[in-house]
Amino acid sequence: MLKSALKATLLFALIAVTAYLAFYYAPIEKSMGVIQKIFYLHISCAFSAFVAFGTCFYANLRYVFTRAPKSDWLAVSAAEVGLAFISVVLITGPIWAHPVWGIWWTWDARLTLTFVLGLLYVSYLLLRSMIEEPDKRALFSALFGIFAFLDVPLVYFSIRWWRTQHPQPVILGGPGSGLEPRMRVSYLLMWGALTGLLILLLSARYKLEALRASVDDLRREAEVR
Amino acid sequence: MKNLDSVLAAYLAGWAIFFVYYISVAQRMSTLREEIERLKAQLTKGR
Repeated sequence: MLKSALKATLLFALIAVTAYLAFYYAPIEKSMGVIQKIFYLHISCAFSAFVAFGTCFYANLRYVFTRAPKSDWLAVSAAEVGLAFISVVLITGPIWAHPVWGIWWTWDARLTLTFVLGLLYVSYLLLRSMIEEPDKRALFSALFGIFAFLDVPLVYFSIRWWRTQHPQPVILGGPGSGLEPRMRVSYLLMWGALTGLLILLLSARYKLEALRASVDDLRREAEVR
Repeated sequence: MKNLDSVLAAYLAGWAIFFVYYISVAQRMSTLREEIERLKAQLTKGR
């Protein structure tokens, strides 16, 4: 318990350092000004959410083929953690958009698909809460989770495929895109710190699922007696 | 600096979400650990 508290404290300190870099080391962007500093958190959280949903997709596929309960534990853990990250994206996006676009929200392809992505994983967790029988719950939610992941590539490519209010990609965006070197360092460190946070949250949430399984086993044992 | 309050609001909201989520996971784990102890004690008594 003390070890995990120490890990969490160290990680939060690292995140604070990367936030400091984003504010003071990275230069202020010319056209948007200081509001562009939201970029470091917003984009890092979006990529971390994709990693979490990708993990959920992998675990769901694995469950369908192996029926191993541990795959189901990993899938639900990754879905919940991914939802936390995508919530940050959906909150920081409008805060960034308002001074730049003059509106909080618009139903363009990127924003709508990101919102739908959040809703799909809320539905995934709701579906799990509605099915009592563990094997049925794991299988149905795995199938739904595989379907839900289809939205991730749509979100990623939406700004490449369609004209959107959302800006064109600056990372992996092809010729003419890219970041100023200090901005790149700040962004990569922030993403690294948030990936650490993703691993910490995922491992804590997985342990929670393992404890839940132990409780179920003990309850069954108590009922048999 | 213009819009600095919006930047701070965005970062605070982000950290708050992660912090609250981490606390919620820790609380749920603590409840389950207590439940495990209770069930183990109940099973030991039944022997």
